[in-house]
Amino acid sequence: MALNNADLPALPAVVIGGYLGAGKTTLVNHLLRQAGGRRVAVLVNDFGDINIDADLIEGADAGVLSLAGGCLCCSFGDDLPGTLGGLRRRATPPDVVLIELSGVALPAAVVRSVRLAPGIDVAGTLVVADAADIRRQVGDRYVGETVQQQLRDADWVLVNKTDLLTAPDLQALLPWLAAVAPAPRWMACPVQAVPAELVLGWRAATAAALDDPPALPPDARFAQRAIGTWPRTTPASGLFTSHSVALPPGTDLAALGAALAAPGSGVLRAKGLLPDPAGTGALGWLLQVAGGRWQVTPAAVSGPGRLVLIALRGPAGAGGPLPPAGGPGTGAAGWALPST
Amino acid sequence: MLDTTVFQARKILTMNPARPTATHVAVRDGRILGVGTADDLAGWGPSRLDTRFAAQVLMPGLVEGHSHLMAGTLWRYTYGGYFDATDPAGRVWPGLKTLDAVVAALGAAAAAGPADAPVVGWGFDPIYFGERRCARADLDRVHAQRAVGVLHASGHILNVNTAALDRAGLLRTGIDHPGIPLGDDGLPTGELKGPEAMVAALDHVGLNRSFLSGDEQGIADFARLCVRAGVTTATDMAATLGEAELQTLLRATGAADYPVRIVSLLRLIGMKPADAVARARTLAGLSTDQLRLGRIKIVADGSIQGFSARLRWPGYYNGRPNGLWYTAPEAMREAYTLGLTHGVQIHTHTNGDEATELVLDCMAQALAASPAVDHRYTLQHCQLADDAQFRRMKALGLCVNLFANHHHYWGDQHHAVTVGPERAERMNACRSALAAGVPLAIHSDAPITPMGPLFTAWCAVHRRTASGRVLGTYQRIDVAEALHAVTLGAAYTLKLDGEIGSIECGKRADFCVLDDDPTAVPPDALKGLRPWGTVQGGRVFAA
Repeated sequence: MALNNADLPALPAVVIGGYLGAGKTTLVNHLLRQAGGRRVAVLVNDFGDINIDADLIEGADAGVLSLAGGCLCCSFGDDLPGTLGGLRRRATPPDVVLIELSGVALPAAVVRSVRLAPGIDVAGTLVVADAADIRRQVGDRYVGETVQQQLRDADWVLVNKTDLLTAPDLQALLPWLAAVAPAPRWMACPVQAVPAELVLGWRAATAAALDDPPALPPDARFAQRAIGTWPRTTPASGLFTSHSVALPPGTDLAALGAALAAPGSGVLRAKGLLPDPAGTGALGWLLQVAGGRWQVTPAAVSGPGRLVLIALRGPAGAGGPLPPAGGPGTGAAGWALPST
Repeated sequence: MLDTTVFQARKILTMNPARPTATHVAVRDGRILGVGTADDLAGWGPSRLDTRFAAQVLMPGLVEGHSHLMAGTLWRYTYGGYFDATDPAGRVWPGLKTLDAVVAALGAAAAAGPADAPVVGWGFDPIYFGERRCARADLDRVHAQRAVGVLHASGHILNVNTAALDRAGLLRTGIDHPGIPLGDDGLPTGELKGPEAMVAALDHVGLNRSFLSGDEQGIADFARLCVRAGVTTATDMAATLGEAELQTLLRATGAADYPVRIVSLLRLIGMKPADAVARARTLAGLSTDQLRLGRIKIVADGSIQGFSARLRWPGYYNGRPNGLWYTAPEAMREAYTLGLTHGVQIHTHTNGDEATELVLDCMAQALAASPAVDHRYTLQHCQLADDAQFRRMKALGLCVNLFANHHHYWGDQHHAVTVGPERAERMNACRSALAAGVPLAIHSDAPITPMGPLFTAWCAVHRRTASGRVLGTYQRIDVAEALHAVTLGAAYTLKLDGEIGSIECGKRADFCVLDDDPTAVPPDALKGLRPWGTVQGGRVFAA
């Protein structure tokens, strides 16, 4: 049967990887609790991996768990593209999909498979590492390569269970990990400290909606809540900071994207919307940044331009250990909007 | 009066060394009452003498230790293989020696089938057609509008036409996937390599999931293939055994005329080790004489020809990166430990020698945690194990089921490309297994290669590849050893050797009926022996 998906909007997906016991499921449960109205679909490799907190589960039908807040969880078995296609065709498609991998899966390979499914936008890959065990895992004669590759495949690495290490051990671990996998952005904190927006993203919204609440289309209400209520430079936690700034007309999104994605920018994830120069409101551009990757794609934008981002706080920040080289060396001050 | 039938045969090969040959076997209630001369059996009382096999040879019903029910299901699609093959109805489909012949066969199937249905072939092996790869334009000649797909013999590659690519949403530029080669036009060539790439199109060519597990017709067709091969007990090596699948299996195998004992293993996928062990214990209680449940299958790594097997240093001969782990070591260790504790037998697929090494390590740890005797945990395929690993298998009480057929069909590729000449010679090392004292079975992995334990025995005896090269002279075994491996040997790996695998008093009346004596024909003739059929549980089934 031919699929006709062309009219459906793209569905953002985030891949969550990491070796057994790293804390992937804890992270997923945390994100479900912080979903804030987003309909989150959790896909797990197989049903044995489903460890959704019982109080979040509302029911089960035909292999799909319904969860609080319109979220759901199901397994993808050996047909990830097909499962994603099915989610996209649901009467009420999810707002975002979390793909929780098995402990030995390689995230980049999964991302390639996900991209075979039409209309899925892979927003990023987060790999969770167990601070207390990751050195042993990387050195393991059987799974060492697999664990290393998982780390290298990440846009973001979350070093979890930091409380199991002494401060000096943690300080020594992070540069070592950064040498193992230089590319991703590193965060060392308990999963409960991870801001939901980092993984779940900001709700689809027009730039206009952000500055003009009365004109909000229904779809954008959440974004207003999530972003509009945040003071622009107030830390989301001791480690993270969020920003929401206007993008002047004519902003060079490519230059901005490159700056935000540059090593040392401190930016973990960013989304920018810019209307088209003619100001007709018909077309515009979407900038997405995930760790060291960025892309600009056409998008429907109305109203003035807007950039939202989550970054690690800089060395001056009070909380958390310092991110290592390859991470945000210069902190929030290291990125800057091109002068416009 | 008890109903007793005495079958008279030209010769009965019992596989019982204490009484290796006989002429008569008495059967009561589906079991062997006695075997010997007519005089030996007279004391059992009145019986009916059945002389239909008087000119033939009986041997124990053959045991296929590694196969899949899908072997039956695939036959409803067009056979596109290079070698002659026999379908469940006994029709011989000649091997297709050119790509044009494959296209023509698919075209004929397209013309005969419903006008809007996908056109599906299987068993395709273009490696024999030279360097040129099959492209979507080739299959567009089968049909331009209908989806066309051809599954390779290895099961690891699917070729599709343009219409199928289009329906799968893959007829576009910008695809970046190692399993999807692109043509000069930037569009996929139609070759989809590996499960991740194939899955995107399988549905669109009509090969949906149900074809893997086997529906009622597939289970029946599988049995016909078994009868034709002289097989009376066969494994379904990786089943999901959900409720619907289980009910189908119970119903199909429970039919009065179902001729095969199916041993269905629960694949450890989609569940935690503890849940799998618990499920296996529940399933064990649902076993019937014809459907044996309660064992678990774990897949440790991928395949050598697909470069997804995990190899030890120095890795692949052509420098390809090492393969993939399919199950985490922790999960294997936990499954083994729990399985040993609860008496659940586990078979583990390993292809590369690093995967084998990992299983050996996990087994050593599991046995330390949960000591067990006579567990008969079995390594399946285990194609690249070396002598030291066989010695560890012996020490740990493991059995091995080697893929003798694979050595014939793909040995040349292993010699030239995947592992190189030296390691190719030790692949599927039957002699090493026997020398180390590891209980040995050999298998077809049907439908990957055709089911036929006598052919499998020929492969192990000769180690001759498709090109005619004898690959690994030392690892050859003799005919008696090979026949043991496809009867008692395979039965032992399933813990069924007390019931089947030899013709002895008390065992199931399962026989393979042959026109020729496999121990008397020249060893090269093993390949060509065609069983007349089988007796299973005392019931006679002509091929």
